[in-house]
Amino acid sequence: MTSLPERAPADPVVLLEGVDRSFGEHRALYDLTMRIDAGSISVLLGPNGAGKTTAIRVITGALGVDSGRVRVFGLDPDDPRQGEEVRRRCGVVSAKPALYDRLSGLDNLRYSAELHGMRWGAATRGRVVEAATRFGIHTSLDAQVGGYSTGMKTRLALARAVLHDPELLLFDEPTSGLDPESSLAVLAMIREMAGDGTTVVMCTHLLLEAEGLAEQVIVMEAGAAIAAGRPAELIRGFWPDDAVRLAAEDPAGLAAVADLPGVRGVRPADDDPTAVDVDVDHLGRIPEIVLALTTRGVRLTRVTPREPSLEELYFAVRRPHLPGREAADDGGVRLAAPGASTRHDYQEVGA
Amino acid sequence: MNTRRVAVVVRTELRQLAQARDFWGPMVILGAIFFAVIPTSLFLTITQIGDVEVVGKVSQAVEVLPESTQSQIPDASPEGRTTYALAVFLLAPIAIVVPLTISTAVGAASLVGEREKGTGEFLAHSPAAAKEIYLGKVIASMVPGYLTTAVGFGAYSLIVNLLVGPEVGGWFFPTRQWWVMVLWVLPPFLAITLSIVLRLSGRVRSTAAAQQASGLVTLPLIGIAYAQATGSMFGAARTGWYVGALAWVIAVASLAGGMRSVRRARLLGVADGI
Repeated sequence: MTSLPERAPADPVVLLEGVDRSFGEHRALYDLTMRIDAGSISVLLGPNGAGKTTAIRVITGALGVDSGRVRVFGLDPDDPRQGEEVRRRCGVVSAKPALYDRLSGLDNLRYSAELHGMRWGAATRGRVVEAATRFGIHTSLDAQVGGYSTGMKTRLALARAVLHDPELLLFDEPTSGLDPESSLAVLAMIREMAGDGTTVVMCTHLLLEAEGLAEQVIVMEAGAAIAAGRPAELIRGFWPDDAVRLAAEDPAGLAAVADLPGVRGVRPADDDPTAVDVDVDHLGRIPEIVLALTTRGVRLTRVTPREPSLEELYFAVRRPHLPGREAADDGGVRLAAPGASTRHDYQEVGA
Repeated sequence: MNTRRVAVVVRTELRQLAQARDFWGPMVILGAIFFAVIPTSLFLTITQIGDVEVVGKVSQAVEVLPESTQSQIPDASPEGRTTYALAVFLLAPIAIVVPLTISTAVGAASLVGEREKGTGEFLAHSPAAAKEIYLGKVIASMVPGYLTTAVGFGAYSLIVNLLVGPEVGGWFFPTRQWWVMVLWVLPPFLAITLSIVLRLSGRVRSTAAAQQASGLVTLPLIGIAYAQATGSMFGAARTGWYVGALAWVIAVASLAGGMRSVRRARLLGVADGI
C-alpha cells in the first residue's frame, strides 16, 4: 500500500487554486483561489449565494470540482483514499445542525465518533461526555434530539465536530438561528477552539461575527474571492491614510480644513450632515487641525479618529461587485444584467 | 470497503427505526394480517366451520397443481388435503409480499430522507465512503422486512400446525420448500429490489417522489418474485435452489452497480439534476 503524501510544515492547510464548480447553468465557484495557513482563523465573508458553503464542501471533498486544484493537508479531497483521510481530520458544523432527531444526543455523538474510526468503549464514551460537557450539553445527552432547542442543537453539533480532535474546523454560519446570547457563547467557543491551535475556517454573512475573530478574511462574491488578507492590511490597502471625523455647529466652517498642512482629502460624512471625514498623513496632525479650526472660529462638537471597521471594508470591497448597483468611473450607475452570476457579467444600462 | 463503518451505519439506521413508532406500528399490523389473520380465517373456515362450498372451490384449484406437487399432499380428508395445499403451496407468496413491501418503504426514504432532514450534510463530510453508506442503508432496509417475515413465519408455522396438523396426521410445517424459499430465495429478491430502490432514493427530490418511483419498480419485482416463489414451490425439489442461485447472482451484480453509482454529492442534494 502506498503512503499518503504529507504536507510540508510551510505549506498551507487548505489551498484552492482556480477552482470552478457549476450546478447546471449556475456557477457556484468561479476561479476561486484561497490559502489558509495552519493555526489561523479565516472567515469567508459574502452575501447569500456567494459560494461560501460550496467552498466548505469542496474543502472536505463532499463535492468535487469541475476544474482547478484543491489540496487539504497536502491531500486531494476528491481522491477516494486521500479524501477519507481529509474528512477524518476535519470537523464540520453546517448551517443546519444536521442531527438525527430520533436519536438521543449520545447516539448522535456516538455515530460520528464511530464513523471517524473511534471504537465505542469506555475511552470513547469518556471523550463524548467530555465534549458534551465542554459545550454544556452533557445533562441532556440521553434525551432525543428532536426535543432540543436550536441552541442546544448547535452546541451538540459543535461537540460532534470536535469529538475526534480535528486539525481543521469548518463552520458554516454556526450562529444561524441563534439568539444573541447563544451566538456570543458559540463565538467564544470557536475562539477557544482556535486557541488550542486548530485551524478554523468560518463562513458568515454577519460582519459583527467576523470582527475581532478573523485573522484572515476572504470576501466572496459570485463564487470568487474578491479580496483576501489580514483585516488590518486590507483596511490599510483601501484607506492608506489615517482619517478623522470632525463635526461642527456650522458645518460650512469645516471647508477650511482642506487647506491645512497634512490634510490629504476631505469628504462629507455618509451618515452625519454636520460632519466631514478628513484624510491626514498621520493621526498626530489632529491637535494642529483642531487648533487651526478653533482659531478660525469654528465651534467643533466632535473629533473622532476614524478606524474603518470590517463592515466598512466589506462594503468597500464589494461596492464594485454589487449586483444591483456599481459606481461607474463616470459617476453613473451600472445595473447587473438579469441572471448575471459572475463578476464579469455586468453591463452598463444607464448613467 | 470498511465493514465496521458499514455496520455502524446499519446499527444507527435500525436504532432510528426502532424509535419510530409511526413506522413499526403499521409494519406489525401488515405482518399480522398476512401471516396470522388471513391464514387463520381461511383454515378455520375450512377445518372448523366445514364450509363445503369453499372446500370444493379450493379443491378444484388444487387439481390444477402439477402432478409432482399434488403427490406431496398427504392422503387425508378433503378438508385436510385442501388446507394442506393452501398452507404449503398457495399462501407462499405472503412471504414475498410482506418483506418487499416493508423494506421498500424503508429504503425509499433512506437517501432522500437524509437530504430532506439535512443530515446528508453530516454524512457527506464524514470519512465514510459513499458505497459504505449505500450498503449500510441497503442492509438496514432489509432487516425490518426480513425480521417481520422471520417472526411472521414462526407465527404462521404455529398456526398451520395447530389448525391443519390434526387434519393431516400431525405437525408438518415448515416443509423443505418453505425453508429454501425463506432462507435462500427471499433474501436475494430483497437485495435486488432495495439496490434499485436506493439508487432511486438518491436521485429523486423528495421522499414522496421516492415512494412513487419505488412503487413502480417494486410492483413488477413483487410479481416476478411471486411467480418465481410459487414456481419453485410447485416445481421439482431443486427448482427453489436454482431460482435462488440466479437471484443471488443478479443481486450481487445489482448491489455492485448501486455502490458504484451512488455519489457523495447526492447526500447534499446539489448534484446535477437534483
